[in-house]
Amino acid sequence: MITLTINQKNYEVDVNPDMPLLWVLRDVIGLVGTKYGCGVAQCGACVVHLNGEAVRSCVTKVKRAQGGKITTIEGLSEKNDHPLQKAWIELDVPQCGYCQSGQLMSAAVLLRENPDPSDEDIDAAMAGNICRCGTYLRIRKAIHLAADMQRKVNRT
Amino acid sequence: MTNQRASISRRSFLRSSTLAGGGMMISFSWLSELTLADKINVPGLPDQWNEINGYIKITPDNIIKILNPNPEFGQNVMTSLPMIVAEELDADWQQVVVEMGPHDSVKLGPQFTGGSNSTRMYWKPLREAGATARRMLMDAAAQTWNVPAEEVTTKEGNVYHEKSGRSGKYGDFASKASGLAIPKGVKLKDPNDFRIVRNSKKNVEGLKIVTGKPLFGLDYKHEGMLIAMIEHPPAIGMKLKTFDASQTLKMPGIKDVFTIKMFDEDFELGGFDTRTFNDLLVVVGNNTWEVMNARKKLVVQWEPAPERKEKTNNFGRKQDIIIPAGLESSESQYQKMQERAKEPATVLRKDGDPESAFKNAARIIERTYNGPFLAHNCMEPINFFAHVTNEKALLVGPLQAPGWTEPTLSKVLKLPPEKIEIQMTRMGGGFGRRAYGHYLVEAALISRYINAPIKLIYSREDDMTYGIYRPMYTATYRAALDANKNLIAFHVKGGGLPEHPIHANRFPAGSVDNYLAEGWEIPTNITIGAFRAPRSNFNAAAEQSFLDELAEEMGKDPIEFRLELLQRAKENPVGKNNEYDADRYAGVLKLVRDKSGWNKPENKKYNRGVAAYFCHNSYAAHVVDMVDRDEQPYVERVFSAIDCGIVVNPDAATNMVQGAVVDGIGNSLYGGLTHKDGVAQQNNFSRYRIIRFHEAPKKIEVHFVPNDIDPTGLGEPPFPPVFGAVSNALYKSTGKRFYSQPYANDMINKKAF
Repeated sequence: MITLTINQKNYEVDVNPDMPLLWVLRDVIGLVGTKYGCGVAQCGACVVHLNGEAVRSCVTKVKRAQGGKITTIEGLSEKNDHPLQKAWIELDVPQCGYCQSGQLMSAAVLLRENPDPSDEDIDAAMAGNICRCGTYLRIRKAIHLAADMQRKVNRT
Repeated sequence: MTNQRASISRRSFLRSSTLAGGGMMISFSWLSELTLADKINVPGLPDQWNEINGYIKITPDNIIKILNPNPEFGQNVMTSLPMIVAEELDADWQQVVVEMGPHDSVKLGPQFTGGSNSTRMYWKPLREAGATARRMLMDAAAQTWNVPAEEVTTKEGNVYHEKSGRSGKYGDFASKASGLAIPKGVKLKDPNDFRIVRNSKKNVEGLKIVTGKPLFGLDYKHEGMLIAMIEHPPAIGMKLKTFDASQTLKMPGIKDVFTIKMFDEDFELGGFDTRTFNDLLVVVGNNTWEVMNARKKLVVQWEPAPERKEKTNNFGRKQDIIIPAGLESSESQYQKMQERAKEPATVLRKDGDPESAFKNAARIIERTYNGPFLAHNCMEPINFFAHVTNEKALLVGPLQAPGWTEPTLSKVLKLPPEKIEIQMTRMGGGFGRRAYGHYLVEAALISRYINAPIKLIYSREDDMTYGIYRPMYTATYRAALDANKNLIAFHVKGGGLPEHPIHANRFPAGSVDNYLAEGWEIPTNITIGAFRAPRSNFNAAAEQSFLDELAEEMGKDPIEFRLELLQRAKENPVGKNNEYDADRYAGVLKLVRDKSGWNKPENKKYNRGVAAYFCHNSYAAHVVDMVDRDEQPYVERVFSAIDCGIVVNPDAATNMVQGAVVDGIGNSLYGGLTHKDGVAQQNNFSRYRIIRFHEAPKKIEVHFVPNDIDPTGLGEPPFPPVFGAVSNALYKSTGKRFYSQPYANDMINKKAF
């Protein structure tokens, strides 16, 4: 049995400790917001937070996550109101939408570490996330907008 | 087929009924008034499509539920099609709930997402349904209030009688309205009065997407569902010989390993039926990772597949196609194409006397362009759920054209269509790939064999190496100039594996006195298919690069040169059957010229490339501005001008054009799927380069030509001309012309792969 803390909830799973966290989330626990895109850490669709760091769950063995704190897109905010989620909706970022959970999870770490990122900071931090529909420009804009929202909240 | 269908008058057939629990439902069809002759001209059109195929429900609590019939793959039809209904209904958009329709060939018609057709196809019937429902609600209110119907007005889901000061909600009158006779010929709104259409509305599924709700096929769950994967041959041109699954079966969670045959040898393939591999080695287990792992333990012997004859029936056009044996390699394919290009080809169009004109030319310019196979690489890998029993079949997942896969399933499973239910999930990308429903057939056969609900999942590697690809193309363009540098003849000869790319009746046909278009084809066993306008995206790269080079040779501005040709095509067109409207074509060029400040001195610092193209009924032009960054050409900004008629949802349409621009930059610079001895040389994103954040422009400014033309389509048209504009900007950046995609291979010393 492996004990996992996902979105502040504990789960006991009976799986091979080498199973990637992605498949434990999707197939065993049923949290399908985290996406399978490539399986080899190339596309970023599977990004989750492990102890606050963005990791690619498709290459993260579940045993590495044991005892750690995992956050998935389903737990990014309690009331669907993370500044990034609000900005994504405000700017109507998604097209097909498949990669967007991973984009949001990568962006969330960026925004925490760098509350006012430049375009170059965004490009560097998000380099591992592919969007086949080509929403990169809107994602950049949405990260800037979320940064603005975050600053306004912090001021008040 | 598309053109034929477009010419059909589609006056709607409407029906009204009362909902259980009160309220009204307006159902409608757009094919009911076809004449018999029209029907004969539309191949494969079932009679049932003439009946009811969409609905609007208005409930007493004032909720307006609109069914979206068409599959959603990011083009935003879940939002934009209901907007059209809501507009004519004069509904309050906040009260509108959108529901994805299941596949129902009887009730919902073709349900095809592709060919940039969704909005175009549904525009009129959706408007008529909305307008008629509104009229009936107004009549019901007039009767209730005992006032003349013409004094009743509506606004945002409410009915008013100004004189008496009475008002009510649509929901109040829905039950009564459902009992009224359906009025005929209800007047549609003047486009100037639109207040929902042409006003941006947010994606109705936006919140679900950003919170990770299950939306996609891969997210679908079903009780008792097993996971299936196919171990396909390592090379196209190979087939299964023998296998030993003893080690695989010992792996945890594995239920079975077996083979199935996709189609019988003499199966007649429909227009979107493909079989890259016919004998499928299947591993079924409890979860994806266990199956992925167990596949690695298979011991398989493969053998060369023999040449085979495919019986095909492409919407009534029957043809036997020979699929050659052999393990193909890109290099030898390329050589074969170069050799074949020297041989005579089929004349597709000829105007004037091109032979004499070339003979008498003062100067001939000849250039050859090449494009590789391209993989779609949808972010959501191919997958589909199936639960098939002897009595019925349930299939759920991402699919662009359920109406074309269902007849195939019916034949393969020997079940009548009414026993086959296809539910469509949101698609994680499509680009044409998911119009080919072989993976439903595979999933259905696997489910039936193992007698359990299963989900077939392709790994990324399976997805990328299985096909289906944009064909490999080449084209040689020749232009004849007289002593005064006037263009006197134009010749294009194009070919490909296994189809040629030439659209003989498109620009510059119609603008040059002496014109010749030819095509040739070489069979291949590499499976090909639609790819965001596959022929057009190659042509727009080749032809628009050639015109740029031609303009330079003639000492003309590239935009003015195109406008001169278009002026000729408008005033005194050469030949017949010119597919494009010269005014609309010129319109996007002028708009992009003005918006980009084409000749403004402050833009001199950019290496600028322009291109325009017409496909799928719409027009697009781009100006690409490159700068040098880290000693590499970088597309910093793009100006786009589009004429797709009325733009239903402008912000979403802008998003789609911006996406098409990014996709076009990425595919023109980096896209390419190559083979060595039948083995795909790119099998994941580590080797197939996809455009990433830092390569995307800083700005893509999108301008739509304002007009009141009924929508003409947007998914594909903005994509092809990006290729040409990138190539022309690269010339300005590097001083080198680019003839072969992916351009990055020639752009830098290091290859893209």
